[in-house]
Amino acid sequence: MRFLPAGDSALLVELQTLDEVLGYYAALTADPPEGVIDIVPAARTVLVTAAPQSARSGAEKQQAGAPSVSLQQLERALRAVVPVAGQSSGGDLLEIPVVYDGEDLQDVAELLGCSTSDVIERHTGEEWTVAFCGFAPGFGYLTASASWDIPRRKSPRTKVPTGAVALAGEFSGVYPRESPGGWQLIGRTDLRVFDQDRDPAALFHPGRRVRFTVADPG
Amino acid sequence: MTALTVLETGPLATIQDRGRSGQAALGVPGSGACDPASYALANRLVGNHPGASALEITFGGLVLHADTDLTIAITGAPCIGVPLNAPAVLRAGEVLRFGPPRSGLRTYLAVRGGIDVPPVLGSRSTDLLSGLGPAPLQPGQTLPIGCAHNPMPGVDLAPVADPPAGEVVLRVTPGPRRDWFTDAGWTSFITQTYDVSSNSNRVGVRLDGNPLERARDGELASEGMALGAIQIPPSGLPVIFLADHPVTGGYPVIAYLTAPSIPACAQLRPGQSARFSC
Repeated sequence: MRFLPAGDSALLVELQTLDEVLGYYAALTADPPEGVIDIVPAARTVLVTAAPQSARSGAEKQQAGAPSVSLQQLERALRAVVPVAGQSSGGDLLEIPVVYDGEDLQDVAELLGCSTSDVIERHTGEEWTVAFCGFAPGFGYLTASASWDIPRRKSPRTKVPTGAVALAGEFSGVYPRESPGGWQLIGRTDLRVFDQDRDPAALFHPGRRVRFTVADPG
Repeated sequence: MTALTVLETGPLATIQDRGRSGQAALGVPGSGACDPASYALANRLVGNHPGASALEITFGGLVLHADTDLTIAITGAPCIGVPLNAPAVLRAGEVLRFGPPRSGLRTYLAVRGGIDVPPVLGSRSTDLLSGLGPAPLQPGQTLPIGCAHNPMPGVDLAPVADPPAGEVVLRVTPGPRRDWFTDAGWTSFITQTYDVSSNSNRVGVRLDGNPLERARDGELASEGMALGAIQIPPSGLPVIFLADHPVTGGYPVIAYLTAPSIPACAQLRPGQSARFSC
């Protein structure tokens, strides 16, 4: 575990594997150190941001509800975090019904040296975990126990439709809204993974368990 | 009840507050006012709550019609034709016309009571990267104003220096991927004078100059980025992350701006010179 500087009020915790990130993130969110206002897990790192020390007046700090801490205090607290075993945060399993008719489904099958129905079987056959979010509000990077290793498309699409279900690297994802994107598209879902008017707006959060299912036609 | 009508918007005018903190793990960017110091001052001058929504006006050009009597304060880049750093009263029927700024880029207009549009995920900020929050202002749009809760602060004028027009020095601390660059690359980073690219926006300030030498090749796995991160993409030219930056990024961060340098960076104009200092 390494602690890297990230400005006046944040530290980047570097870990060896995605599993370690998930375990560290789970422990950190279960009992966040004093003063921490944001925690962003990613593939090999967790960015931890504390309330800034200098930028706010006392009154504003009180309103923000977070006491400020020094980076030294933050690092001490982060060193004391004991990662928990197991990836997922438990809770409900999120089911995502998918119509597997993506434009890249055949290409993915060829990359894996199997049939398109094998790809669908593999994709629906295992439990996925939201490792982290990024790219866009509500976009989750989902991992599975089996190792997927899918190259991105050579040239990204300028428009990927809302609800597209895709693969890239070791991850699967669902595009929360129309955007450019370079992932391989294998299907689509009507489930809105991000809706700013819903509470919660984002269905994906780090640690959430997910299963893809074949949608009933019609 | 509407209280301000937008007649012209200029290049870009948006509604901003302190942004959406604490939701980065869901992929939701922070957003909020690019120059938090000027934004905060504008609200203070009219006795607003520190998180009240104000207008962020990029390179002037905004024209507003007051539908009712209003108390306002304007801060940040000093636009020709409007009062600055002081509370002022706008009478019903008056037109407020922001000329081009004498220096700096972003001007803030706070109205006593705040701009009262519905919040999205806890903030009224326009986030141009993720499309959250209200759309940028449009001609003909009317802006509702909220109720004032606090007394006026009794300040006639805040003594604030205008954003500098010449070379700006931005203070930095080494970032998490400083070691991805050679010592020569780092020296080049903190000694050269960069030009601010016209390709800059609320997501980031892009700089033109000499590319930095890297100590190692290869890809970095995406990692969390905080406000003020200075990313070096394969071009070798810095991108400084402002309010609407993405929550994760895949290029190495050589350095971070210190907090006091963030407002200064947000006021940099295309074509202006900037330098980093450790």
